[in-house]
Amino acid sequence: MASGFSAYLRRDLLLAYRRRGDAASPLIFFIMVSTLIPLGITPESARLAEIAPGIIWVMALLATLLSIDAIFANDYQDGSLEQLLISPHLLAMPVLGKTAAHWMVTGLPLTLASPLLGVMLSLPAQGYVPMVASLALGTGCLSLIGSVGAALTVSLRKGGLLLSLLVMPLYMPVIIFGSATVQSAIDGFAWSGPLAILGAMLAASIALCPLAAAGALRITSVN
Amino acid sequence: MPKLSLLTVEQLCFERDDRHTFEPIDFAVDRGEIMQVEGPNGSGKTTLLRLLTTALQPSSGAIIYAGQPITLCRYEYLSDILYLGHQSAVKMNLTAAENLRWMATGGIDSTRDALSAVQLSGYDDVPCYNLSAGQQRRVALARLFMTNAKLWFLDEPFTAIDKQGVSLLENCLREHVKRGGAVVLSTHQDLAIDGLRKTSCVPHADQGAL
Repeated sequence: MASGFSAYLRRDLLLAYRRRGDAASPLIFFIMVSTLIPLGITPESARLAEIAPGIIWVMALLATLLSIDAIFANDYQDGSLEQLLISPHLLAMPVLGKTAAHWMVTGLPLTLASPLLGVMLSLPAQGYVPMVASLALGTGCLSLIGSVGAALTVSLRKGGLLLSLLVMPLYMPVIIFGSATVQSAIDGFAWSGPLAILGAMLAASIALCPLAAAGALRITSVN
Repeated sequence: MPKLSLLTVEQLCFERDDRHTFEPIDFAVDRGEIMQVEGPNGSGKTTLLRLLTTALQPSSGAIIYAGQPITLCRYEYLSDILYLGHQSAVKMNLTAAENLRWMATGGIDSTRDALSAVQLSGYDDVPCYNLSAGQQRRVALARLFMTNAKLWFLDEPFTAIDKQGVSLLENCLREHVKRGGAVVLSTHQDLAIDGLRKTSCVPHADQGAL
């Protein structure tokens, strides 16, 4: 059962490595947009610092959304999803493996690159640690929740817009508590509260989302 | 007590968008048998094979594996089948050997041996996007040498395969049924296999309302 998890994790990481250009595009998008913000709004550090937590979190969300539909779409097109569906093992484990691979290719690099963006957006010094911590937990939630939406829309030809509409409401709590973590730290309050809620959301997502995505794949693949 | 067939299909029907795809189908396949599914384009051969793999759910009728409906022995059934569809599940960005490693479920251990069995020796480390359509198909067919599955469902396995490849595949099927396996395949080719049994998909009489 665990072998389904690690097999698909390794497979998807290998595939992402073979298509490095595609895999890097969410990160490039994340960095590019965040570079444009000071140019478009103001280079004044006091005003940038005010909006920095929100901007970084919105960008992380959009970067995830940009790449999440590919999580099952490629496998659907070449028939490997069908092979996965008729394997005798529990479907949720490979789905969790694929989602973990997606996080390692998008969420993790975003988290690691975020201090750089903090510098560009003049994030106050006390905001860095909470930002990295909240992004590490929060991007995991985004990948997991997104996998359910991707599974529901996998058989649609143009599922991109529907996918955004489906997962956006579920992303809202993540972005609220994510940016609240950073904002509380900047304002000098304790930031462990919102971070703990993010952690709880991640735990719930790990437990529930693979099951929901597996169920959704079974329903949508019947066409 | 009547002899139990390995796989029995009883009055199998499938509806899509309130349309019957084909007339109810009955057939039985036993160990050592090859069943060829015939029928014109659009008669539901692929649908039938996907129903057999449980990728689709029948609207009525039953699929019985070794005396038990497959809904009751799902794990055993799915562990014993191999399905090769139109879309071959070959990842273009992986090499031939890597592809096989993901798909293998037993049989020959070495991807090298399986690839040489389909005459792709030396292509182990070539990314599949550099292979021709026929060679990609052969990579998918190499799975047949790396499996312990008893029951094979092959959907148009001869697509894009040259004459030599066809006879190679026929040999592979003969070997498999000799070992006590069974095959259900759809193809428009005339196969040179002794004891080949046939069943046909007939488009439903009133292609329309129920």
